[in-house]
Amino acid sequence: MKKVSLVNLADGESATVVGFDSGHGASARLEAMGIRVGKKIKKLGGMFMKGPITVEVGQTRVGMGHGMASKVMVEPDQ
Amino acid sequence: MRKILLIGNPNVGKSVVFSRLTGVHVISSNYPGTTVEYTKGYMLLGEEKVEVIDVPGTYTLSPTCKAEEVACQMVKEGDIIINVVDATNLERNLYLTLELMEQKVPVIVALNLFDEAGHNGIEIDIEALASWLGVPVVPTVAVTGQGFAMLTAEIFRARTPVVRQHSLIERWEDVGKLISRVQKIEQRRHTLLERFQDLTIKPLTGLPFALVIALLSFAVVRFIGEGLINYLMNPLFNSFYTPLLMKLSQLLGGGGFWHDIVVGRLINGSIDYFQSFGLLSTGLYIELGAVLPYIISFYLVLGLLEDSGYLPRLAVLLDTFLHRLGLHGFAIVPTILGFGCNVPGIMATRILESKRERFIASTLISIGVPCSALQAMIIGVLGHYGARPLLTVYLSLFVSWIVLGFILNRALPGFSPELLLEIPPYRLPPLKIVFTKLKYRVKAFLLEAFPIVLAGVGIVNLLYLSGLFNLLANIAAPIVSGLLGLPKAAVMPIVIGFLRKDVAMGMLLPLGLTVKQLIVASVVLSMFFPCIATFVVLLRELGARETAKATAIMIFASLFVGGLLNFFL
Repeated sequence: MKKVSLVNLADGESATVVGFDSGHGASARLEAMGIRVGKKIKKLGGMFMKGPITVEVGQTRVGMGHGMASKVMVEPDQ
Repeated sequence: MRKILLIGNPNVGKSVVFSRLTGVHVISSNYPGTTVEYTKGYMLLGEEKVEVIDVPGTYTLSPTCKAEEVACQMVKEGDIIINVVDATNLERNLYLTLELMEQKVPVIVALNLFDEAGHNGIEIDIEALASWLGVPVVPTVAVTGQGFAMLTAEIFRARTPVVRQHSLIERWEDVGKLISRVQKIEQRRHTLLERFQDLTIKPLTGLPFALVIALLSFAVVRFIGEGLINYLMNPLFNSFYTPLLMKLSQLLGGGGFWHDIVVGRLINGSIDYFQSFGLLSTGLYIELGAVLPYIISFYLVLGLLEDSGYLPRLAVLLDTFLHRLGLHGFAIVPTILGFGCNVPGIMATRILESKRERFIASTLISIGVPCSALQAMIIGVLGHYGARPLLTVYLSLFVSWIVLGFILNRALPGFSPELLLEIPPYRLPPLKIVFTKLKYRVKAFLLEAFPIVLAGVGIVNLLYLSGLFNLLANIAAPIVSGLLGLPKAAVMPIVIGFLRKDVAMGMLLPLGLTVKQLIVASVVLSMFFPCIATFVVLLRELGARETAKATAIMIFASLFVGGLLNFFL
């Protein structure tokens, strides 16, 4: 299975969260919003110029900065 | 007195629940973080009077911003917790529920937005959820009031759950187990609305859409504002109020000390609401005739925008740009609020995570964001010279806002944190809530502005009549005349701007300034110094040192920009 970050997903592509490439602080905030290991995540789109990325997790839509998104590691669905 | 706390994730409807329980109105909107400070109210539980507290939303009990810190401190003081849960987002909300249950305080779960969950194909087994959690669970729809009789009844029966401390991982495991047992989601096709959601957040379609929304909002605000002035306020004043005031003027002898303070100076034998400057003429007209129409139209449009859920999308779209100014996208919300009044705008900067961001956002709002009252007067004074002078004022402010943000971002140590923001679904703004909110904001404006406006007009008259006016004008003349190219008499409006900027703007008219001078004066007034209400909030939110810093920046920036305009226009 290949592991990529959220940034590398194509718009509309679904994946499963497999880990965080960051310190505890940031991942705790993401987890509180429902983005955590094992969850299905779908990238809705990203802004150009390293702008924020929007994802859908369960019933929630979340916008997050590019840097943060690059630290969320996912496994794209087949 | 026992305390009941309303606690839950951001944007689950705590404030609407609070209004339902206590009858006290608080501002609610469709974006996370509307409530940044707690609000207290009271309700009767049978015979007993209890305090109800609307706590800012938080995702966990380990806070990440100032608004959340407030929430976490409050938790320790509650006797009963009503955990307001978003039924359309059960899984994410339950984490906080589990944390709250470990606090050794009785907990009741209000499963809010229960109707919307049903529409979205989400089925929740309430009995199973209640028995697993061991606390009462009541489905509610706060906007309509459904479920509130039961919620109140359950408060009597609330008991402290017996739960040991869990680790973060254990809690999430529990949430997972729980969800698989109590919730069923029927997968459904994407609706038209959802497609539209995607379009408004993608850059290629979203940015033009945002521009259209911005222009449309401005046009509607202007249309309603001018409409109210021309077809309601002016006719009312001219046909009913002016004759009354003229009678009073005659009674007072048509001139003299008291006449000029109460009615104002007569211009060509009649009252000119912009120039007479009496308490009952200009003092009353500025607030009711010129500013109130714009307050109503601005807050109506803002209310619709807030409750539709559009603002968080705008935040995502503008994030990249706002990072250049040391902010992140969500800072657009306080900024937009600032266009109504800088006070709530600066209060709302609490949703930003770092002190640095709050400083930048507050300073930029005070400098580059003119409030409705000031804008109404700028439009009133400059409007009949065509669009260009107005455009020059707005453009100067906008450019100053950007350039200053850019400089502050470079000059201040640290960096701006990244955006992490929940995007709520679009909702049709509930008209009842939009109008109650409008009523509440208009009332607050009238209560807060009136005394200060009247005091301002009174002080202007006293300074003028006592001769202090000339003294002040002579002291500041070198800067005002030399640098800004304004007559000496323009010192007073700038000083009065500290009290109310709308009154200050009104004082410019009798001076007979040229269009260029009016443009310079409008820009300087907007940027120069915050009005007293804003200044007090700055002091409270930033502390004395940072406020001094922000104020120094404002004074310097306004003189610099005013000077530039004076030389290049």
